Amino acid sequence: MVNVMVCIKRVPETSGQILLSDDAQSIDARHVGYTLSSHEECAVELAIQIAKATDGESTVLTVGSQDAVEQVRNALAVGCSAAVLVEADPAAYGPADVAQAIAQVVRAREAAGTSYDVILVGNDAADTGDFQVGVRLAYALGRPVLTGISTVEMSGDTAIAKGKGPEGTEVFEIPLPVVIAIQEGGIEPRYPSIPGRMKAKRIPIDTVSSPIEPAGTGRVRLELPPAQPSVVEVLGEGPEAAPAVVELLYRLGVVTK
Amino acid sequence: MAALPPSARAVVIGAGIVGNSLVYHLARLGWSDIVQIDKGALPNPGGSTGHASNFIFPVDHSREITDLTLDSVKQYMEMGVFTQSGGFEVARTEERMEELRRRMSSAKAWGIESELVTPEQVVETVPFLDPSAIVGAFWTPSVGVVDSLRAGTIMRERALELGALRVVSSVEVTGLDVEEGQIRRVRTSGGDVEAETVVIACGVWSPKVAKMAGAHIPLTPAVHQMISVGPVPVLAQQDGEITFPIVRDMDTFCYERQHGADMEVGSYAHRPILHDPEDIPSIEQAKLSPTEMPFTAEDFDQQLEEALELMPDILGDEQAEIRYAINGLLSLTPDGAPLLGETPEVKGLWSAAAVWIKEGPGVGRAVAEWMTNGLPEIDLAHSDIARFYPHQQTRGHIRARTSEAFNKTYGIVHPGEQYQSDRCQRLAPMHASQQDMGAVFIEAAGWERPLWYACNDGLLEEYGAAVMPREHEWDSRWWSPTINAEHLAMRDRAGIIDLSAFAIFDVVGPDATDAVQSIVVAQADVALGRVIYTPVLDGRGGFRSDLTVMRLAHDRFRVVTGGAHGMVDRKWFADRMPKDGTASVVDLTSAYTTIGLWGPRARDILGELTRDDISHEGFGFGSCRDIEVDSMSVLASRISYVGELGWELHAPIEQGARLWSLLHEAGATHGAVPVGIGVYGTTGRIEKSYRAFGFELDAERSIVEAGMPRPKVKSVDFVGREAYLKQRAEDPKAVLCTMAVDDHTSATGVKRYMLGGEPILTSDGGVLTDDHGHRPYVTTAGSAPSLGKHLLMAYLPPSEAVVGNELSVSYMEERYPVTVAAADATPVFDPDNDRIRG
Repeated sequence: MVNVMVCIKRVPETSGQILLSDDAQSIDARHVGYTLSSHEECAVELAIQIAKATDGESTVLTVGSQDAVEQVRNALAVGCSAAVLVEADPAAYGPADVAQAIAQVVRAREAAGTSYDVILVGNDAADTGDFQVGVRLAYALGRPVLTGISTVEMSGDTAIAKGKGPEGTEVFEIPLPVVIAIQEGGIEPRYPSIPGRMKAKRIPIDTVSSPIEPAGTGRVRLELPPAQPSVVEVLGEGPEAAPAVVELLYRLGVVTK
Repeated sequence: MAALPPSARAVVIGAGIVGNSLVYHLARLGWSDIVQIDKGALPNPGGSTGHASNFIFPVDHSREITDLTLDSVKQYMEMGVFTQSGGFEVARTEERMEELRRRMSSAKAWGIESELVTPEQVVETVPFLDPSAIVGAFWTPSVGVVDSLRAGTIMRERALELGALRVVSSVEVTGLDVEEGQIRRVRTSGGDVEAETVVIACGVWSPKVAKMAGAHIPLTPAVHQMISVGPVPVLAQQDGEITFPIVRDMDTFCYERQHGADMEVGSYAHRPILHDPEDIPSIEQAKLSPTEMPFTAEDFDQQLEEALELMPDILGDEQAEIRYAINGLLSLTPDGAPLLGETPEVKGLWSAAAVWIKEGPGVGRAVAEWMTNGLPEIDLAHSDIARFYPHQQTRGHIRARTSEAFNKTYGIVHPGEQYQSDRCQRLAPMHASQQDMGAVFIEAAGWERPLWYACNDGLLEEYGAAVMPREHEWDSRWWSPTINAEHLAMRDRAGIIDLSAFAIFDVVGPDATDAVQSIVVAQADVALGRVIYTPVLDGRGGFRSDLTVMRLAHDRFRVVTGGAHGMVDRKWFADRMPKDGTASVVDLTSAYTTIGLWGPRARDILGELTRDDISHEGFGFGSCRDIEVDSMSVLASRISYVGELGWELHAPIEQGARLWSLLHEAGATHGAVPVGIGVYGTTGRIEKSYRAFGFELDAERSIVEAGMPRPKVKSVDFVGREAYLKQRAEDPKAVLCTMAVDDHTSATGVKRYMLGGEPILTSDGGVLTDDHGHRPYVTTAGSAPSLGKHLLMAYLPPSEAVVGNELSVSYMEERYPVTVAAADATPVFDPDNDRIRG
């Protein structure tokens, strides 16, 4: 039985054009809404699969405001079995603060008899891209950490984790307890079902306050990168374009020969 | 991609279902050099058409909307993009079953095949529906789904094939230039186009674009939530896009529509979520499309639970995932009707907005006809964008009304139901006094109008059973027996009626006579001080309005018309004024109040307040003049819409309160009572077989069919004269009749009273069809307290329009016997009009 904790962050949807807030400290999400980053969607899916395979529990945790309940419920709807909201002003929390806040919950729970053998986080947040929480959390807890991992399976007390490296797929065997930062690409996250959504509504969310005095982000401002010039290649017009389209679909792997 | 030309005959902004349909129909009707633009890419530029659920239920309580829908279905079928699925509107409660029975009335009135079925019958074709969740359903076999994007492409291509159209996508309108009230130019991100005709057909963005020209298109983008769940194994086994009937779960305001292996669940049950056109994201900023906003799951949770109750097996399947969920934007208007026609603010600038998929092609055709011939085949009176008063175009009003109405999309809406929000906009000068009298107010064009006065409840005792009390709650909602008591008191003594809601405008200038003559049917070149009642026709001889005109001077005519269509009438007159300015329209609605004083004691009451000659000889019927009432100067007009001796008294609005109290003081000793619009609008007029615009009279009816032809037609030309002469020479295809209900007793023994809209059948329930191919339905229903009867008006086939003919009316799926009491405009009460002469 492996208990998994998966840590998520409420982030603006970033698939459309990104707008910054007036003070450039955050992304303006009014047109697009909020979501989980794709890395964390994969982490949630992995947490559910590991817990299911080992008859363990999958607990979703977030550090944020009450608004983040929306994302917590979405994780519960796809199959997480418990939830923790560490209530905090996300704007005031830098990655070091977030790692410390999570570590405190993990320690407190451990002291109360619930330990988390595997803690999954997203490799980096879709909005701020700090790449820090996983490593800092592992350091705070004195655990080994892996980053850039796409799949995780359990083999007894060992996690077998795979990720893409410069030379190809890297495979790690690592003893529990562990912190793993997940990168999208290895697994297809599921969508919620209606019964899942109903169930999620009934699961209590354990809301705790954070005793941390946040050190902050240290962020001066966000800046948008210069717009990439979009390149449009016209493959042809009318029926004559068909072979080029077919070729493109092969090339993209949409269809196979 | 085509480039924008420097000029065009017409520019259509928008390539959704409406714009696409419009360009096709314009081309078909002979237009050329049309330019269609959209800021998005084709075929799905990102508006509401792109995410529509695309199903069509044809039955609506509104004839206009039903006609537009039926025409649209015909067009979708012809294009090969309609798939018939059949559809159920299911009821979970008995209250809803009653509404479905009322829906049967509308289905029968419009000639659409529908039937009420049991839960077991529903399950025969929708096996995954839990029959224990419902008590019955309304089945319409002709329900279906369409491919609205494909339809749009087909229509655009047809216009292109006709060589009439140039389509330019991915260009955004940046400005509209207006010169001297006329649209001249469309400015876009791709260059400017000169055009004298521009149509705004860009859905939720329409208000923003109209504003660039100083015009108003009063709609708000509002969220309709929709999810798609799948793949559902049961559905995946079926071929094709839709194989099961669509289910509308009326009591939860949701629908379930199969789409291949997925089930779409949509809702009108969540809180109203309104946006502003200016805040809709651009195509680049949007996650999916600009009108597919981020889904707010918590608003939908309740609906999920309810949908699960109805279809537990398929929606409860853990494998069926919610893969698509949106807060889709659609357009809502303050009164729920579309926004069609030329904007009253800018000549040549048209609106074709706030249209659903089910009406799209029909609207395209109708607006194209309107732009081409000056009038559409389907009467669009309720959709005319000219109908709004200024306050009804404000953001505050639009948001208040649409917020209130959103959850009534599938609601049970009583025909007399009133909006509760944003009331008390227009208050009559005697409003405070009316409140003291216990007035129960309804709204007319923003005015608070007393329907009846609670201070008259004491009359109930005086008149006893003659007030025709109604036992059934539905029949007596927005109604009171006090209305009938007021009616009887007016007929016995006198009634004082606030008519402030009238729209009033003058036609003035040296050519005023010719201008009025060219618009109205009746002879308007009359002596000073004459009042005429006249129909106003369109070019096809259909009714545009009916109104009264007072000749006040050689160069001044005062038009008094109903508040509800006053703005449309004003535009109709103003559009037909001579270009050289020798006659013009001046709106005086906010300058004058009107108080009606009618009844056998009216002359005695007015006589106490004036020394002027108001005798029959000195002030005959159909005349008007200024008289002194106490120390006020009042324009008195001796006409009547309730069939009694009396006057309309027009006073400056600031003196209205004083005139009102003077009349009540003088009337007290004569037993005069305040009388509400329940009498003026229904009981008083129906006894007299008086027709009302919007009920008996509309653009699809003629003077001959309405039984109102005068012996002669004036020799000078007027709009519709030629058509009218032709109508007079032919036999009518339908004849407006007044019928009396002979027995009100329902199967349960409760007496029922029709409210309007019900189908008229033969006495044994057979279908009647007039020579237009239409089914007869009740245009007005109401008490005739002086006759002790409930009367109905309806256009009958000519062969059935015979006094004494016995027919039946279907109400809530039961039939009641009726007898034709008048087969023309002859009043049922006081047929010789003795009382009006006094």
